[in-house]
Amino acid sequence: MTTTTQPPLFRPAALPDPGVAAVPFGRLLRVELRKLVDTRAGFWLLTAIGLITVAVVVVFLFVADADQLTYLNFVGATATPQSILLPVLGILAVTAEWSQRTGLVTFTLEPSRLRVAVAKLAAVVLVGLLAVLVALGVAALGNLAGSLLMDGDGSWAFEVANVRDFFVLQLLGVVQGFAFGMLLMSSAAAIVLYYVVPIAWTALFSMVGALADAAPWLDLNTAIAPAFDQQTFQGDDWAHIAVTATIWVVVPFVLGLVRLLRREVKSG
Amino acid sequence: MITVEELTKRYGAHTSVDRVSFQAQPGSVTGFLGPNGAGKSTTMRMMTGLTPPSAGRSTILGVPYARLPNPGRHVGVLLDASAQHNGRTGREVLRLGATVMGLPRRRVDDMLETVGLSGSEGDRRVGNYSLGMRQRLGIAHALLGDPPVLILDEPANGLDPAGIHWMRGLLRGFADRGGTVLLSSHLLHEIEVIADHLVVIGRGVIVADASKADLLAAAGTVVRALDPVALARCLDAAGYSYDALPGDAFVVDATAEQIAGAAAVRGVIVTELRSADGAGLEDLFLQLTADDSREKVSA
Repeated sequence: MTTTTQPPLFRPAALPDPGVAAVPFGRLLRVELRKLVDTRAGFWLLTAIGLITVAVVVVFLFVADADQLTYLNFVGATATPQSILLPVLGILAVTAEWSQRTGLVTFTLEPSRLRVAVAKLAAVVLVGLLAVLVALGVAALGNLAGSLLMDGDGSWAFEVANVRDFFVLQLLGVVQGFAFGMLLMSSAAAIVLYYVVPIAWTALFSMVGALADAAPWLDLNTAIAPAFDQQTFQGDDWAHIAVTATIWVVVPFVLGLVRLLRREVKSG
Repeated sequence: MITVEELTKRYGAHTSVDRVSFQAQPGSVTGFLGPNGAGKSTTMRMMTGLTPPSAGRSTILGVPYARLPNPGRHVGVLLDASAQHNGRTGREVLRLGATVMGLPRRRVDDMLETVGLSGSEGDRRVGNYSLGMRQRLGIAHALLGDPPVLILDEPANGLDPAGIHWMRGLLRGFADRGGTVLLSSHLLHEIEVIADHLVVIGRGVIVADASKADLLAAAGTVVRALDPVALARCLDAAGYSYDALPGDAFVVDATAEQIAGAAAVRGVIVTELRSADGAGLEDLFLQLTADDSREKVSA
C-alpha cells in the first residue's frame, strides 16, 4: 500500500474524535417530530385532522337535537374522523423513509435503527396525544356554543374513564398504523391494507352468523365499538381489546420491527 | 482512513461482492472504479451499515461504522443524491441533518453557500431540483458535520463540466488538508484526474488496487517511428513486449528512456514517445472489467 508523499497540513485523524458524543435521543425525537410536518403530505394531513375535527363539531352542533348537545357527545363526534386519519400519520412516519428513500440518510446519521424506530414511535404518539387534546378543546367550544346559541343541553358531565378510553382508542390506531408501516414499508400498500383488511374482516364476522360470538375476540373494530356506543370501555371490553390488539397491533408491530431492523436500506 | 477486509455479499446463489479488501488513506483521494453493477454501491452500503455483509468487515477511523458516535461528524456519506424527500426544501434537508448532528443553524447556510445553492435555490423543494443540484445538496450534506472522511457514490453524476471541475477542486482541497476521500464512478476519465489511488472492481471482485502513477506506468509507453518495421526490430532486440496501435504506433511495456535507448542503438528516428496514460488506462480499465476478466492484475 502506497502512502502519499504530500505532507498533510494537519495531522490526519486516525481515530474518531473523542470529543464527539453519541446523538442524544432528544435530538432524534426533535428531528422525527419535524419530519412529520415539514413536507406537504405531513403538513396537510395534520391540517386536515384539525379542520375535520372542527368541521364535525360544527356539523354536530347544527344537526343534533338540542338535548343531545352535551360535551360527551361532542367528544364522541370527533372520535370517528380522528380514528380514520391519525393512523395515516403513523404509517407515513415509517414508510416515507422507504418510498422517498430518505432512509439512506436517516440510517447513516443514526445507525441504530432501534433508536430511530423508538424516536419515530414517540413522535407519532406525541402528535396523536396532541390531536386528542385539540379534539377535547374543540368539543368544549362546541358544547359552549351549543348551550349559548342552540339552546342545547350543555352538560359537561364526563368521567375520567371517558377521556382515558378516548386516548386509548386513538393511540391504538396510531400504533397500529405505525406497525403496518413498518411491516409493509410502502405508503400505498400500508394505507390500503390498513383500511381494507379490517373492513373485510369485520364484514366477514357480520355476515357469518356462527362467527358473531367470536367477533369481539378477533375483530378489532368490534372490540373497540363500545368506545363509540358508550363512550367508554367496561369489564369484558378490556379483555376483548387485549386479545384483538395483540392480533392486530402487537403482532404486526413485532414483525414490522424485526423487518425494520434487518432490511437492507437501498436506493433503488 | 477506511479499511475494508474481505467484504462479501451474497444474494441467494449470486455473489455480488466477493471478498473485497482495500484501504483508503488520509490525505488522498481513492477512486473506486467499476462498470455499473460491479458491486460498488453494495460495497459502500456495507461500509456504512445499511446492508449487512454476508462476511468480512470494514472500519472507518479504525471503528466499525455502527460504533461511530454521531457518525455524521466523522464521515460524510452521499450514496444517492436522488434519495431525498421531494417535498422538502434543500435548506430543510440540511437542517434535519444539522439537528441530528447537533450543529448550529449557521452551518446550514454556510454549506448551501459552499456548494452554490445559496439564496432562493436553497428554499426550493428538492422535487424541483435538477440532478446536478441534488448532487450539490448531497455533497453539502456530506460536508455538513465537517468530517475527516468522505464516502461518495457517483457524486459527479448529473453535474455539468463546471460542476465537475468545482467538485474536483473541493475534494482535492479536502484531501490536501488530510482528509480521506473515497469516491466511486463508472467513468474512468471522471476520476483519473482527481484520484491518487485507484481501486478497480469488476463483477464483485477487486481487479486492480494501486496508485494512479503505478497504474499509468503499467499502462506502458506509446512510441511511433518513421519506420515502424525497424522500430519493431529494436523492441524485439531489447526484449520489450509491445502491442501495435492504429497508425503504426506501438504501446510498449517499457519506460520512455528504455525505448529511446533501444531506438538510438539502431538509429531509428522516433517521432512520438510518451506515457500511454489516459488512453492506456482506459484500455486497462476495459480489459480489467471485461466480462471474462476475473483474475487479479498485479499492477
